Amino acid sequence: MDTPSDAAIVVSGLSHWFGTGEARKQALFDIDLAIERGRLTVLLGASGSGKTTLLTLMGCLREVQAGSVRLLGQELAGADEDVLVICRRRLGFIFQAHNLHDSLTAMQNVRMGLDVHGPAAPADWRSPCRHLLELVGLGERLDYPPGNLSGGQKQRVAVARALVGNPEIVFADEPTAALDRESGFQVVCMLKALGETRGTTTLMVTHDPRILDLADRIVTLEDGRLVPETR
Amino acid sequence: MTAFLERLLGRLPIGWLQLVHNPARLAAALAGVAFANILIFMQLGFLGALVESIRLPYSAMNADLLVSASDMNTLADGSPLPRSRMVEALSVPGVAAATPLHYGKLDWRQPDATIRTLDLFGVDPAAPAFRTPGIEAGRAMLQNADVALIDRGTRNVPMALFEAIDRGEPHRFEARGRTLTVAGTFRIGGGFSADGYLVVSDQTFLRLFPGRVAGAPNHVLLRLEPGADRSAVIAALRSTLPAYDSVVRTLDEAVAKDQAFQTTQRPVGLVFGFGIVIGVLVGVIIVYQVLSTDVADHLREYATLKAIGYRQRFFLGIVFEEALVLALLGFVPGVLIALALYAAVAAVTGLPISMPATRPLLVLGGTIVMCAASGAVATRRLARANPAELF
Repeated sequence: MDTPSDAAIVVSGLSHWFGTGEARKQALFDIDLAIERGRLTVLLGASGSGKTTLLTLMGCLREVQAGSVRLLGQELAGADEDVLVICRRRLGFIFQAHNLHDSLTAMQNVRMGLDVHGPAAPADWRSPCRHLLELVGLGERLDYPPGNLSGGQKQRVAVARALVGNPEIVFADEPTAALDRESGFQVVCMLKALGETRGTTTLMVTHDPRILDLADRIVTLEDGRLVPETR
Repeated sequence: MTAFLERLLGRLPIGWLQLVHNPARLAAALAGVAFANILIFMQLGFLGALVESIRLPYSAMNADLLVSASDMNTLADGSPLPRSRMVEALSVPGVAAATPLHYGKLDWRQPDATIRTLDLFGVDPAAPAFRTPGIEAGRAMLQNADVALIDRGTRNVPMALFEAIDRGEPHRFEARGRTLTVAGTFRIGGGFSADGYLVVSDQTFLRLFPGRVAGAPNHVLLRLEPGADRSAVIAALRSTLPAYDSVVRTLDEAVAKDQAFQTTQRPVGLVFGFGIVIGVLVGVIIVYQVLSTDVADHLREYATLKAIGYRQRFFLGIVFEEALVLALLGFVPGVLIALALYAAVAAVTGLPISMPATRPLLVLGGTIVMCAASGAVATRRLARANPAELF
């Protein structure tokens, strides 16, 4: 595998299994993949093809069982919890479900993406949080709790939370599933713009065909194996 | 409150916000914690009343040392003591006075046919065996046969009866085939083994208990000469009196021995001790249920925060914050209700049940530990799992 020198993520010989004993099932087979910095890469594949498993392995959300994942230069296989925590703080996550705290306002939920950096977080958390919420079109709903927001608005708060800490890589698993056509398109455009302006890398699992046109690269998985790329 | 907690914690008070977000659940959780607190307070109150009720008769005694039979565990048990030990004790330098104390139990039948059980002390009317004002004031009356002094704290006896006695209207009742004339009152208060106390002369005591003999009291009360070296006198007494049938204790030692025996060997003490354990367990289960449900309900949110780099101690902090809020807010109604129940129990039973200042602090500390431990257990799943397994 040719590994670009500016790769944000380098995966080699990665395999993964679920279950134990006779129920043990292999989900990924010897994956070799490099994700370039600053680009919007889309992971494509049928349901059960291993997209989310690969995404969560690259995003430090699962333990690497076999093979290697180098994330921003850090080997994740065998890494201890402290190393994983440091890596995770350089990442942003957008999940299919917004997973917002019902008891926090939109601003407070977004603030959680800043507070994780502890003393390194800006003292004035309000400005970046407000800015991000305005960017996703929620400038008028800063102090709304999630219970008073629509599904699409909640997802946009989750997007703001993922981006407020200026992550180096954004992992997004079906981020537009809960958004209407226009909102989804805007969010992906914003992620792509982040790559162009800040060099943020975005790795996205999606079935949304509109987004494919915005992707810099499309990686397809089929039954846990990479399909040779056409673009 | 949120702003105060934010300043205090240096972060968003997520635990507090989560609790107040669901007022019904918070109210139920606080009721549970308060209930556990009340349970613990009541058991501690009963245990404290037991301990205090054991102390009361000793503290009424006008004595520095107590000589009892070597098999004595409480004021009420143990073999009779040879009266000769009193004479031997008096021969020890430093001992100023000695007086025998007879103990028995007497049933006092009420007009409604119910029985009041009384702890009966038989004393030499010539000697000041008790320092309690009522007994000391009425001691001369005990010279008369079948005259008694009664405890105003005797349970379930109309106060009017004691007031009448104090006005000079003696009360007479039959007991053990004799008519006793109650001519005066004093105050000690009922305990767990009897409803109150009755004091008679040693001669009246022996008439009530013909099987007992004057030469075998239950205890001998000793008073020391002013300025006597207590330790030296005790050592001399212990070398003088044979250890096989007698033991010398200070009143404090005798109280401690009695309290230790009754709280660890007698069913009533064990029941109250066990009640405290049950109260703690109930509290742990309630708080664990509340916190573990809360963690389970927010698992996806916590997993998301874990995914972006929050450490386990952050989640522990949230759960401890919730535990602390529950412990503090549940404690307030718990202690107030317990105080009201203490007053009710004291009024109904006459037991010396009270709230020492240290008890609320002890229970609050215990509640915080209980809540924190429950919280720590409730976050175990979160600690073990990879974030991806929690979505």
